[in-house]
Amino acid sequence: MSRRSLTLLKNLARNANGSGFQTRSVTYMPRPGDGAPRAVTLIPGDGIGPLVTNAVEQVMEAMHAPVFFEKYDVHGEMSRVPAEVMESIRKNKVCLKGGLKTPVGGGVSSLNVQLRKELDLFASLVNCFNLPGLPTRHENVDIVVIRENTEGEYAGLEHEVVPGVVESLKVITKFCSERIAKYAFEYAYLNNRKKVTAVHKANIMKLADGLFLESCREVAKKYPSITYNEIIVDNCCMQLVAKPEQFDVMVTPNLYGNLVANTAAGIAGGTGVMPGGNVGADHAVFEQGASAGNVGKDKIVLENKANPVALLLSSAMMLRHLQFPSFADRLETAVKKVIAEGKCRTKDLGGTSTTQEVVDAVIAKLD
Amino acid sequence: MSRQSLSLLKNLRSIATGSKIQTRSVTYMPRPGDGKPRPVTLIPGDGVGPLVTNAVEQVMKAMHAPVYFEPFEVHGDMKSLPEGLLESIKKNKVCLKGGLKTPVGGGVSSLNVNLRKELDLYASLVNCFNLPGLASRHENVDIVVIRENTEGEYAGLEHEVVPGVVESLKFCSERIAKYAFEYAYLNNRKKVTAVHKANIMKLADGLFLESCQEVAKKYPSIAYNEIIVDNCCMQLVARPEQFDVMVTPNLYGNLVANTAAGIAGGTGVMPGGNVGAEYAVFEQGASAGNVGKDTTEEQKNANPVALLLSSAMMLRHLQFPSFADRLETAVKRVIAEGNCRTEDLGGNSTTQEVVDAVIANLD
Repeated sequence: MSRRSLTLLKNLARNANGSGFQTRSVTYMPRPGDGAPRAVTLIPGDGIGPLVTNAVEQVMEAMHAPVFFEKYDVHGEMSRVPAEVMESIRKNKVCLKGGLKTPVGGGVSSLNVQLRKELDLFASLVNCFNLPGLPTRHENVDIVVIRENTEGEYAGLEHEVVPGVVESLKVITKFCSERIAKYAFEYAYLNNRKKVTAVHKANIMKLADGLFLESCREVAKKYPSITYNEIIVDNCCMQLVAKPEQFDVMVTPNLYGNLVANTAAGIAGGTGVMPGGNVGADHAVFEQGASAGNVGKDKIVLENKANPVALLLSSAMMLRHLQFPSFADRLETAVKKVIAEGKCRTKDLGGTSTTQEVVDAVIAKLD
Repeated sequence: MSRQSLSLLKNLRSIATGSKIQTRSVTYMPRPGDGKPRPVTLIPGDGVGPLVTNAVEQVMKAMHAPVYFEPFEVHGDMKSLPEGLLESIKKNKVCLKGGLKTPVGGGVSSLNVNLRKELDLYASLVNCFNLPGLASRHENVDIVVIRENTEGEYAGLEHEVVPGVVESLKFCSERIAKYAFEYAYLNNRKKVTAVHKANIMKLADGLFLESCQEVAKKYPSIAYNEIIVDNCCMQLVARPEQFDVMVTPNLYGNLVANTAAGIAGGTGVMPGGNVGAEYAVFEQGASAGNVGKDTTEEQKNANPVALLLSSAMMLRHLQFPSFADRLETAVKRVIAEGNCRTEDLGGNSTTQEVVDAVIANLD
């Protein structure tokens, strides 16, 4: 008798834990006409880009989402982003893109960076969190890295002073520091986050990073209900891999942000699954969260095994941005169910599936 | 062996009760400036109105929500809406209101109805669903009643059959049908049911049905069916789980909405609102014009849940989903716990006690 009840109980417990994926239902009262399909500029890009953007197109169609894509061919070796692409993004305000391959050295500037500067997408955002069912060495990770996107070490101001001596200028302005700090706190406020941590190296770069910190402190005063603290970037990297649960929202200048975002993505499951995007006052461009310029190894392109999860979750953020929360919820729930089940994973997550198999699994799980 | 099962049981109990109301986290990338506080016109109204609107004000403040209220004194016995009120709503686009007491008969038209007409809020929406922890005779109820708000039997236009009248009826039926299907599409609903009495009122309700049928063709992935209103009332109380979104003309909508609210837990807890092309007014879902008994007002035990959930819908409408989620989660936890309920739900708490409980449950 007790043996039977024990098995029954074990079954019950398993089911209770497995029901973590309740479909979340939001009811909201839209304005008449809110269901009209919205145009989104789509840039498939290079390498694995077309593979993963096509994954998003398939899922959007399966959901009958009220979005339609205006596709443009852009490649990393072009000297500029074509004018018609910029016009399209300016008209639509929202863009989804795969990576553009940036040649190393050679003096050709990255088109990814060019796009962000032309549209003044001053904030880059990556959400790094543990996905249920995906084992990692770190638990309870839920970090959002907000990185200044237009200046700092990536300002692109380099010159050869004399042959053999190159100066690279890191520019930090009060204007840009203030607006990224404002964005980080506003983000925390609107997303019910409790803490903002500024990452810096002001003990060495006293003026530049000092200015950044000052701006953060001033904005922090306007949000008394959000905790604010600061951490030096080297200690930050160590803390990230030792106790990542202490971090919530992190605001950083350009270079540190790039590194911190990739580290945070790595500890929480890899750059293949973290969503993110770039936003400015007028436009938003959604792409794979961390390492968006990484277009993947040639082998992955050949074998069609790129991980579409990051871009799928970013496109869910895009759906929220376009005010289609119900579609966003459906997409996220389906993706998370597929990850949790564990049967259908690409190589970077330790599985053997192709991109298409993951897409099919996600579409099958849509409710 | 039994010791093992005991600890398993204890775990299960905590999982079962604790995991019902999980905090839902949405991450979205706002535009810079999205966090700026938005003004909302506030009409406390009559009877229990001021009590429940004040409950919303308290909770909004506790959450530091990015909303601030511009209150206006309006009472049901005024002859017309006060100066400045319509301007305020037209400027803010969004309004939250308690009920305005409409005198029975006497030729004074209802200010609630006046407001909807002036702002052309042609769709009224009530979401009737079982709240976890609140016992009712019917389970699995999740119905949204979308009711045409401006014409039909409440138009105040008495039998003037001229060509223009038929045209305007069609115009109104089409837009409410369009709204109902668009609502279903955007909220991931699977079925729309049109409620009618076209077997008797062949022309009027026939026109309504035609409009619904035409719009249904444009949404092939949403199921559409029709039901005669008398059978509908019976089905609502027999098998409510068959209904999803219901679209109805004015009078039927009023009755169906109140019935659906009643079977799912009562008009004290159902959220809803009115929307038009440009404005939205949020109020208690069903029976919004009901300002409560005098005793309820005196004892201050009006149920604030309906208006709190409606204000959460309002927060979503204003694009503050995270605040909406916090508010809804807190309210649902309070209901689920069951310690703090007003008289209409079988408890004996006052409005203020419920508000304090909700604020305590905010995360």
